[in-house]
Amino acid sequence: MTAIRRNGAGYLFLSPWLIGFFCLTLGPALASLYLSFTRFDLLNAPEFIGAQNYVRMVTADPKFAASMKVTLIYVVFSVPLKLAFALAVAMVLNRGMRGLPVYRAIFYLPSLLGTSVAIAVLWRQLFAADGMVNGILAQFGIIGPSWISNPNYSIYTLVVLSVWQFGSPMIIFLAGLRQIPTDMYEAASLDGASPARQFWRITLPLLSPVIFFNLVIQVIEAFKAFTPAFVISGGSGGPINSTLFYTLYLYQEGFSYFRMGYASALAWVLVAIIAVFTAFSFLTTKYWVHYDD
Amino acid sequence: MVTTITLNKVEKRFGALDVIRGIDLEIKPGAFTVFVGPSGCGKSTLLRMIAGLETISGGDLLIDGDRMNDVAASKRGIAMVFQSYALYPHMSVYKNLAFGLETAGYKREEIDRRVREAAATLQITDYLQRKPKALSGGQRQRVAIGRSIVRDPKIFLFDEPLSNLDAELRVQMRVEITKLHERLGNTMIYVTHDQVEAMTMADQIVVLKAGKVMQAGSPLELYNNPANQFVAGFIGSPKMNFVAVEAADGTAVTLNGVRIETGRQHASGKLTLGIRPEHIDIGDGPGQVIGEARVELVEHLGGSTVLHVLPPFQEETMTVMLSGQQPCRSGDRVALRIERKNCHLFDTEGRALLR
Repeated sequence: MTAIRRNGAGYLFLSPWLIGFFCLTLGPALASLYLSFTRFDLLNAPEFIGAQNYVRMVTADPKFAASMKVTLIYVVFSVPLKLAFALAVAMVLNRGMRGLPVYRAIFYLPSLLGTSVAIAVLWRQLFAADGMVNGILAQFGIIGPSWISNPNYSIYTLVVLSVWQFGSPMIIFLAGLRQIPTDMYEAASLDGASPARQFWRITLPLLSPVIFFNLVIQVIEAFKAFTPAFVISGGSGGPINSTLFYTLYLYQEGFSYFRMGYASALAWVLVAIIAVFTAFSFLTTKYWVHYDD
Repeated sequence: MVTTITLNKVEKRFGALDVIRGIDLEIKPGAFTVFVGPSGCGKSTLLRMIAGLETISGGDLLIDGDRMNDVAASKRGIAMVFQSYALYPHMSVYKNLAFGLETAGYKREEIDRRVREAAATLQITDYLQRKPKALSGGQRQRVAIGRSIVRDPKIFLFDEPLSNLDAELRVQMRVEITKLHERLGNTMIYVTHDQVEAMTMADQIVVLKAGKVMQAGSPLELYNNPANQFVAGFIGSPKMNFVAVEAADGTAVTLNGVRIETGRQHASGKLTLGIRPEHIDIGDGPGQVIGEARVELVEHLGGSTVLHVLPPFQEETMTVMLSGQQPCRSGDRVALRIERKNCHLFDTEGRALLR
């Protein structure tokens, strides 16, 4: 009693977060875990059906595998490209230049806008059959396809969109690069190490904790990607399911077909996949991540 | 194998800031040269210019007669030990030592031989497979030195290498670096702000202030014949006492009405008398009494006793260092006695006046 009285003001100030976390995050998450074992169409009460949703996913749902494949392609291409691009820009900015804060802000801007609907709409215009990209290609005599409506290319326009949002990992890389003492490079240059050798032997290993952090965060983000695919395909995941991201499929199941139980099961499978990937990543750290304490 | 380094009117500017202002200096072959000076005097910058880590804004740097201003750091035949050690934290000690040799494309057997030889010299063979973080400060220091030895450079540069070590280890490493120099015989330049390190290690000390050489010479030369008041105050511990005096006729000055023979030629006017704490005595003995002072503070060091005394002729206290243990107490009155041969005299510009 006295403890609560003593700390009452503290709990009062904490309450917005506590209410938010328990009522809007943890509560719904646990509810969806229960719902994943039910059949639930929002109109009737959930009906417990055991693991049927999960069984159906792997035995009787080709769209589950198709959407998983799309998302995996997206993860495998977008994450390394985005990280490489972010690192390259960070290294250029780290060389020290006038107006660095301005450039940093400009390069960060796409990350703030990138997941917005407006940018996805813009992207759709850029890569349309008569869009700006083909307009530029036409200058060189190349007649480009309709990037977003061709199932062979559509996913890659989304990969490019993702790479363009390199700002957040770039900022973190930049902070990491600044942590590397300059005398390491000076010692290496006295040893005659070329810039390339310094990059491979000093920068990359010393940056590995930051690379690891960015990798985990970006992979999770990529698995969860939704808005760009939704906007570009108008929510269909087309053409021919080529941009049917896992989250988009989940959304369709839940909010187009009102199969909330099945959608919940899909969500929990995604959670499990992300958890397994993250755990696996942590297991590999001892082989490539160098912590300097 | 012994190398001469010559600096001709060397300058360094960072924008509008002159850091090094026209330094002429000859680093003698095989000598252990120490750059010493207060922080911000440009000593590290000068070292880094010799290393090739900083560009030279003006003048010439010659190594064995060849102009080096535009030669890459790695081509100057130089190895450097950094204040932070700059060990690669993700590599084992062995890899740290081997890095430069691998870069230079040495064969594996040759690398192994050199690494093991350097490790044996520095007694770090047992730690070769460890990462730097598993080593103590002193061991890291040895690895940093080892990394410079393996490449068999012409010149070794040390940038305040002992400042991260505790006092005891510092003394120990000081001795080891001196021994290393005796054994290898290479030209070495060592930067420090610690005048004790400078005095104990150097063949040649270069005292710097605000980007200029105040004096260069052997430790005892600087101690016995400082060229100016700055060097006089910087070299020696405790610091030299300075007293304002008036020129008298001949080689004498007057201090508070007392005539003091300094044995130094001078013009008329105001002068500064310099006298080291260890050159002031109390009580009876040879020399001349310059006044009676009140003891403000006594520091018993065991082997010596340091008195802080307030003389009648000035507001600031003077320092007196007496050998052995003295039965002084604060509040005592003591007669301060000096000898002519120990007097230094400086003009108003701070230049030393010769005997």
